[in-house]
Amino acid sequence: MPTLLEMRGINKVFPGVRALDQVNLTVEQGEIHAICGENGAGKSTLMKVLSGVYPHGSYEGEIFYEGALLQNRGIRDSEGKGIIIIHQELALVPLLSIAENLFLGHEVAKNGVINWPQAFQMTGALLKKVGLDEVPTTQVGKLGVGKQQLIEIAKALAKDVRLLILDEPTAALQENDSQKLLDLMLELKAQGVTQIIISHKLNEISRVADRITIIRDGTTVSTLRKDEISEERIIRDMVGRDMAHRYPDRVPNPGDVLMKVEGWNVWHPEQTGRQMIKDAAFHVRKGEIVGIAGLMGTGRTELAMSIFGHSYGRNISGTVKMGGKVVDTSSVTRAVDAGLAYVTEDRKHLGLILEEPILKNISLANLAGIAAKGVLNKAREQQVAEEYRRAMSIRTPGVFQKVVNLSGGNQQKVVLSKWLFTDPQVLILDEPTRGIDVGAKFEIYSIMNDLVAQGRGVVMISSEMPELLGMCDRIYVMNEGRIVGELTKAEASPERIMALILKNEKAKVA
Amino acid sequence: MAETQKGIGAHLGGHLRENGMILALLAIVVFFTAIVGMQDIDFLSAQNITNLFLQNSYVIIMALGMLLVIVAGHIDLSVGSVVGFTGAVAAVLTVNMGWPVWAVIPACLAIGAAIGAAQGYWIAYWRIPSFIVTLAGMLVFRGLTLWLLNGQNIGPFPKSFQSLSTGFIPDLFGDADQALLGMERLNGTAVLVVVIAALIIVWLGWRARARDAAFGVTPEPSLMFAIRNIVVAAALIFVGYKLATFRGLPNVVIVLSVLTVLYAFFTESTTAGRRIYALGGNEKAAKLSGINTEKLVFLTFVNMGVLAALAGMIVAARLNSSTPKAGAGFELDVIAAVFIGGASMTGGSGKIIGVVVGALIMGVMNNGMSILGIGIDYQQVIKGLVLLAAVIFDVYNKNK
Repeated sequence: MPTLLEMRGINKVFPGVRALDQVNLTVEQGEIHAICGENGAGKSTLMKVLSGVYPHGSYEGEIFYEGALLQNRGIRDSEGKGIIIIHQELALVPLLSIAENLFLGHEVAKNGVINWPQAFQMTGALLKKVGLDEVPTTQVGKLGVGKQQLIEIAKALAKDVRLLILDEPTAALQENDSQKLLDLMLELKAQGVTQIIISHKLNEISRVADRITIIRDGTTVSTLRKDEISEERIIRDMVGRDMAHRYPDRVPNPGDVLMKVEGWNVWHPEQTGRQMIKDAAFHVRKGEIVGIAGLMGTGRTELAMSIFGHSYGRNISGTVKMGGKVVDTSSVTRAVDAGLAYVTEDRKHLGLILEEPILKNISLANLAGIAAKGVLNKAREQQVAEEYRRAMSIRTPGVFQKVVNLSGGNQQKVVLSKWLFTDPQVLILDEPTRGIDVGAKFEIYSIMNDLVAQGRGVVMISSEMPELLGMCDRIYVMNEGRIVGELTKAEASPERIMALILKNEKAKVA
Repeated sequence: MAETQKGIGAHLGGHLRENGMILALLAIVVFFTAIVGMQDIDFLSAQNITNLFLQNSYVIIMALGMLLVIVAGHIDLSVGSVVGFTGAVAAVLTVNMGWPVWAVIPACLAIGAAIGAAQGYWIAYWRIPSFIVTLAGMLVFRGLTLWLLNGQNIGPFPKSFQSLSTGFIPDLFGDADQALLGMERLNGTAVLVVVIAALIIVWLGWRARARDAAFGVTPEPSLMFAIRNIVVAAALIFVGYKLATFRGLPNVVIVLSVLTVLYAFFTESTTAGRRIYALGGNEKAAKLSGINTEKLVFLTFVNMGVLAALAGMIVAARLNSSTPKAGAGFELDVIAAVFIGGASMTGGSGKIIGVVVGALIMGVMNNGMSILGIGIDYQQVIKGLVLLAAVIFDVYNKNK
């Protein structure tokens, strides 16, 4: 197969950091090429060099595309050559229609007057291509993330794409939407569209990719062909070491019941009459990790947030007992006083103040712990931050570093530090390893094991079944706002969890 | 030696904004002293320095509150009208109804608090954008001012009320020190207060530096620390000396200094202050960390109302009458001072000291351009460009 793209010896230096160091990447015509690497390894930087976000001259090295030297001055240049990147954060305007979004910036127009009949017709054709059954006038904001992702792809197709770059396209998607997207990728490949996919999900990569390039610390480690791809090999190249065990060992030692939730009901905050959580009940023991499994949108986050300070929903009823006593969790302060902590799934928007330094983020939920009569003791604040930096091995030049500059894994450790400083009895961790690379995942798991060894209880909400099976002593399965089953570690398997979800679906139909 | 220089360079770069502000203020003062000096007028005369403070006190006082509002991610457009309204209330109470000063001041402050509460309630608990609520407040309180004053000026105020703005701290030493130092008209109290203030500033700086060293924070290079403290202390003592040779320390300067120290302490060293920054930085994260964000937003507006009322009384006392137009456009000066002072438009950052220096920059420019006889038309253009340049400088530095 002829070579479509060749990046040779790419160097990119930011003040104080060498982000890319002699990176080589060759993509052949018509293949799906996966790029793998830990967070901060340089994948996104490399794609920004390719797509012209960093223009020619701001990096060293050469890029050959369709046989010619590529000298992009900006994104428009690369898009003109058919190189289109779909970022992790979707770039759609939620209040505009599908048709308007598809041709944004490239309107079907003559002298600035839009030809709507033609635009709608073209929209229909493009939607058909990506397998989306929607009316062109539908507002994009009313569609789910999965469908929005497909619209992004349709938008790329509208621009006559020859090299499509997808940056973690399935990160926010449910299982079935992810499958649809991967199918579409294979279909586009059949139509001759060359694709680059950046992903953390190894099973997806092995499904669609023809070749895979692994980047570590800003350099290319290896490029493997489909027949050489194995999860162990990929992981070893990514982290630079063998990972014999993906989950740290722990001897389960559950004690008394720490927290017990009974008869928990929650209604949707805006839509009247829509019940989000239906009569949920669960408990956590001392020294126990309890998982909550379920598809996305089944109410796991809503359950956790409604318990933690009634931060979600309305008309909340039910009881929360801590150590046998009913406690009031109706505000975040009361929930924290009762011994609860909630680590959100959305680190950047709900967990951290990105522009503030590490130490201010750590002290935030327990300012009383570093203050006397409302006056802060900054020396104590710094001491506390240093202690957690060591205990959690947060990799940073110092605690005065802004958290926005940290990698996902280190940011998560800052959030965990913040909550541990409130000395909680039970931590609810919502997708604690989302968007975190393999090496840092292992560290987060180890921290969880330390927490239960200290006699705390952990509730882990996760969409990744292997992680739940590997870490949890018990797993609750949720579907449509209900807890539909409970499995012990011995009983649990992916099949049984899916079976519980499906049984509930069938019951609903009948 | 090379190493020290590199340290200083790096430090200057890291604290470009803070040091740059002070340098900019110094440069502007030197500039006007030179230009005005060519017309044989002493820009740094005792009288002009006194005027500078009397003219700009209200901007600085309101900028302290406005910083909190802006840090919390909001804006208050109504402060100019609140200045007019509370001034009018003070005039009606004092002149028409004969209330004594000690009753009028708390009454006006309470009215300011009530106005802040009324606006803050909708902003904090109903999530009505602050721009809209305070734009409405701007119209409402301007209208109420006109109604209350019947479209006319009310004045003059009794001496006791005037002293709010035009009063001076009496010289405790009488003429003894003047005879001693062989100088005429030297206010010993003023000199003493200023020297003590300078010593306290240097001492606090030295203590913070010692603490940093104890906790392993890279300290500011010694040379930088020394230069900055000498400049600040010298400027302070110079201003104090000048004031002492005129009529002494204006009451307003004392109020201003106490409030500045209080707000600097509040923003940097209290849990409530820290929480306002957290809420401005990421409201949702702050809320999920157990911070009562609604109550804090509400209170920042109450605080803003109180400071606007204080400013209103000072303005009325200075003009010695309440006029329907009093305070018109003040909100723009105040907001400009906060942004020149380095606050972020999206909330979450900004320092009290920056805001005070920002307000002084605006004030010195107003004063200098007026002495030069530059028309109000050009003055507006220049002030607008300075605001724009300061913010562009910020954004440029952030993106670099």
